Amino acid sequence: MADLAHSSVHGAHGATAVREYHLAHEPHPENGTALGFWLYLMSDCLIFAALFATWGVLGRSFAGGAGGAELFDLKLVALNTAFLLLSSITFGFAMLRKQVNDKSGTLIWLAVTGLFGLAFLAVELYEFRHLIHEGAGPQSSAAMSAFFALVGTHGLHVTFGSIWLVVLMVQIAKHGLIHENKRRLMCLSMFWHFLDVVWIGVFTFVYLMGVL
Amino acid sequence: MAMTEHTTAPAHWLLGRITWDSIPMSHEPILLWTFIAVCLGGLFVLALLTKFRLWGPMWRDWLCSIDHKKIGIMYMVLGIVMLLRGFADAVMMRLQQSMAFGENMGYLPPHHYDQVFTAHGVIMIFFVAMPLVTGLMNYLVPLQIGARDVAFPFLNNFSFWMTTAGAVLVMVSLFLGEFSTSGWLALSNLGHQNPGVGLDYYIWSLQIAGVGTTLSGINLLVTIVKMRAPGMDMMKMPIFTWTALCTNALIVASFPVLTAALVLMSLDRYLGTNFFTNDLGGNPMLYVNLIWIWGHPEVYILVLPAFGVFSEVVATFSRKRLFGYTSMVYATVCITVLSYLVWLHHFFTMGSGASVNAFFGITTMIISIPTGAKIFNWLFTMYRGRIRFTVPMLWTVGFMVTFAIGGMTGVLLAVPPADFVLHNSLFLIAHFHNVIIGGVVFAMFAGINYWFPKAFGYKLDEFWGKVSFWCWLVGFWVAFTPLYVLGLMGVTRRANHFEDPSLQIWFVIAACGAGIVALGIGAFLVQLGVSYLKRDQLRDHTGDPWDGRTLEWATSSPPPQYNFAFTPVVHDVDAWWDMKKHGYKRPLSGFQAIHMPLNTGSGVVLSVLSLVWGFALIWHMWPLAIASFAAIVIGAIVHTFNYKRDYHIPAAEVVTTENARTQLLAQHG
Repeated sequence: MADLAHSSVHGAHGATAVREYHLAHEPHPENGTALGFWLYLMSDCLIFAALFATWGVLGRSFAGGAGGAELFDLKLVALNTAFLLLSSITFGFAMLRKQVNDKSGTLIWLAVTGLFGLAFLAVELYEFRHLIHEGAGPQSSAAMSAFFALVGTHGLHVTFGSIWLVVLMVQIAKHGLIHENKRRLMCLSMFWHFLDVVWIGVFTFVYLMGVL
Repeated sequence: MAMTEHTTAPAHWLLGRITWDSIPMSHEPILLWTFIAVCLGGLFVLALLTKFRLWGPMWRDWLCSIDHKKIGIMYMVLGIVMLLRGFADAVMMRLQQSMAFGENMGYLPPHHYDQVFTAHGVIMIFFVAMPLVTGLMNYLVPLQIGARDVAFPFLNNFSFWMTTAGAVLVMVSLFLGEFSTSGWLALSNLGHQNPGVGLDYYIWSLQIAGVGTTLSGINLLVTIVKMRAPGMDMMKMPIFTWTALCTNALIVASFPVLTAALVLMSLDRYLGTNFFTNDLGGNPMLYVNLIWIWGHPEVYILVLPAFGVFSEVVATFSRKRLFGYTSMVYATVCITVLSYLVWLHHFFTMGSGASVNAFFGITTMIISIPTGAKIFNWLFTMYRGRIRFTVPMLWTVGFMVTFAIGGMTGVLLAVPPADFVLHNSLFLIAHFHNVIIGGVVFAMFAGINYWFPKAFGYKLDEFWGKVSFWCWLVGFWVAFTPLYVLGLMGVTRRANHFEDPSLQIWFVIAACGAGIVALGIGAFLVQLGVSYLKRDQLRDHTGDPWDGRTLEWATSSPPPQYNFAFTPVVHDVDAWWDMKKHGYKRPLSGFQAIHMPLNTGSGVVLSVLSLVWGFALIWHMWPLAIASFAAIVIGAIVHTFNYKRDYHIPAAEVVTTENARTQLLAQHG
């Protein structure tokens, strides 16, 4: 039975053809970092998905306290969104400078990106402090718990992204735009744009729909 | 463990919540003896390491190793060690329930009993089943696809040590403080009540181990997608690799939800937020939904590789190509997708209404269709095959009978009205042990017996393997059939005392069953010892002791560090069988230098720091928590400054290794 099944399958390829069973030279499998990092981002995306779902379930449960319309200052959030979106554009400029192997150009644009990131974090911290001051801290209601968890997790990501940015700038300054550093830049760039995409979700579902 | 009263005094600035009362051994003789045994065992191991001067080799060749084979073996060792702990918990429960009737309160007070059943579940799933499954995948996937290692070798080492750090944290809870009393999914004691450290041990051990699991999932996915040998397209992959692919996809797509759910629970406990509280708008059922959105895929994460193991074993020992390869692949993929659509069947009693329950009941029943297709594929593979009833094959046949019955009780539970009666009963306990022991545990023993000669160069002893199998099979049925009966009579789970004396006989029978399983575990340990002593008789010189079909049998046993001197080219499913049929001759010359990744100690260091960090958070030792977290970040950054990640094994070394094998094959050919 086994042999019958075997030879019929194998007959389709031609039984007499000589088969090579190994490579004479060492193969160079494609580097998996891009795929691996994508998979990491998607798993991270699911953490955000769970937090968005939590906001979806709890986001109207203000426990009788002030709701989104009273609490959220859309002008401030618009400023913040602008900082983050601009930082994505400047990261794009850094990547363009990397493409032409312009080390100092890359570093300058990365520094600008980092500054926008820090500005974003500063505004976010100011907003958090203001909310807590108003009595709408994370303990005040389930909705505010969900708000701080979602926005805070995004903020933590930006914080670690900024630390990574500084580390990578040091490494580029030290070793130049070598192959490894280019790969790392590509990963950080994906990470940074990913945070931008998540923020657009936060801006839409938490702030814009929250004030309705 | 009986730390029932909690001090309200402000925590010490450095030591946090730790006091002399946190050491439960002073008033718990069971723990005192366990602690003494663990210490003596530990000292014995340390003495052996010192006597044979193994500290250096252990650090260099194992702890820092990024070789997927060594990491796979370490995962297996972790799983087997933790199996002993998890099984000890099981025996304690069986003993308590068989004696605690009427006046007799048994020997475990309720608070201790609750910790025992929680620890049993957590350990068996996270630190026994997961390491065993991950270990097998780690060891086999690169070999089966003809690769030299996984895609990210350092990450692999780091993942293993993070998993181990989680397991260590669970073990620490035994001797310092207490463990969670809230069940393996922490469904009770939500919100910021329950001030003990038990739930915090639970949270941080799972979070730390979860990082390892997620990263290893990503790693193996990329390995399978990017590193297959030339010619091996997706539909030529061995079935075990297919199931590993689906399992790792499930890991990457479900563990983040567990992370998020545990983060929210920690925020409730540490910052006083209101996600799962009963006031200020919190919703405890949100937790139940989130945890089961992870929890249901988790059971398929465990069972899919088990199906893969049986597929490999049944084909090899029936000397036939697996029946219905394509349908097996599609069945695996179907189960992968469906496993996301059934989570609500764990709580039909939530009261989400007839339509929602009907949807989840039907999706649950549909899963039995691809699973049934698999059973038929295995049966048809055996049909008119030349079956050799070796130990792995015995486990496979035992599995098919046991698992089919467990599957049927599962379909029964999928009917919502029946579930309303059987929810939280011992019937449910019997059902999931029926599928997890009958499916996953049997597969791990089949897999260990099947691939042991590949990993260590000698087969396992047949006699003791058969003793172990029969004790497990008989013991399982004696232990769990009474639970089906009790469940149908309405006995609920997690009770540590019963009033009705007519029930006692069933619990006594179940305890006897646990005793028979204990003999099975003992026989397995004896099997390891006997096989080691008889290793010269059991030696596998060919690298292919079972007349195997897949690529891992093409290389030597144990394989060289680089797995294959030349990367194989694949033309068919069952690549090695195809090579043998075509009179493949092993190349004897033309060896070249091989590019390999370099060992590193970063994984161990970062995992130890994570362990300290988790411990500090559990005990509210804030300065230590901040310091260890900073150390983790700095350690990770320092690691990224190491650009020297790989080296070449010189061609001369490859020639030496391969010539030694040529001579060995000639001697025993």
